[in-house]
Amino acid sequence: MLGTNQPRGDRELVAALLAGDETAFVTVVDTYGPAMLRLARMYVRTRAVAEEVVQEAWLGVLNGLKRFEGRSSLRTWIFRIVTNVAKTRGEREGRSVPFSSLGDDEPDGKAVDPDRFFPPDHESAGAWQFPPRSIGDVPEDRLLSQETLAVIDKAIEELPPAQRAVITMRDTQGLSSDEVCNVLDLTETNQRVLLHRARSKVRLALERYLEEGQA
Amino acid sequence: MAKGLACKELVELITDYLEGMLPRRLRKRVEKHLAACDGCTGYVEQMRFMIEAAGRLTEESLPEPMKAELLHAFQDWRAG
Repeated sequence: MLGTNQPRGDRELVAALLAGDETAFVTVVDTYGPAMLRLARMYVRTRAVAEEVVQEAWLGVLNGLKRFEGRSSLRTWIFRIVTNVAKTRGEREGRSVPFSSLGDDEPDGKAVDPDRFFPPDHESAGAWQFPPRSIGDVPEDRLLSQETLAVIDKAIEELPPAQRAVITMRDTQGLSSDEVCNVLDLTETNQRVLLHRARSKVRLALERYLEEGQA
Repeated sequence: MAKGLACKELVELITDYLEGMLPRRLRKRVEKHLAACDGCTGYVEQMRFMIEAAGRLTEESLPEPMKAELLHAFQDWRAG
């Protein structure tokens, strides 16, 4: 039975896949493949192993397709499969990631360098000493350039795996926080901590880039 | 700067704020602070811009040999 939550697009896609439609398969691989690879990288050591995990996960997806009931979106369901395959593989590699601790991997991490605020003994303690500039002061052609996007892309790439996975799923792919918690077995709080750390770092990279080339 | 909430504290609340997860009273304090603080307003603008820009990123696609292998697996599955 198909669930009521299932978006119409998912239902059609599943039907097409079950009917053996190659175009539909290529579409889902193109759509979800890169994210699956990134999820796999959270649990295994190398890119090569991550690619094997993704291959294995697709077999799991195909073999489980008849049982897909649409209680979650197809995307969440696929992402959960790859996460489970990757976890198993990671454990076999002796590299199990204690996920409950992932939110606390940087307990002292601050969103902003404390030196940018007035020190505790100052009358304006805790207020900006070196505030961020308004986006409105940045020339529009610079702000909206491909280069700006490239800076953001690179900053995301450089994040620790769990932060990278969370920010990509949330901000690039547009998953809800519930979906991300479901895929990664995270608590709502841990999901938000990871998102906070990730967004804070990427914002800083953006700010630094925008400051370059300004007098 | 609004009384009570320091800029330094506000930047740590910003994700909860944007996620709509702050308790009402704290949300009001954040909003009041933002209305009076250019630095934090700039910070939130940059954050919102970054989030919006991240939504425009296109993802690197899978390597071609891998896609070809996956298609093979699909054909096998369909045949089997």
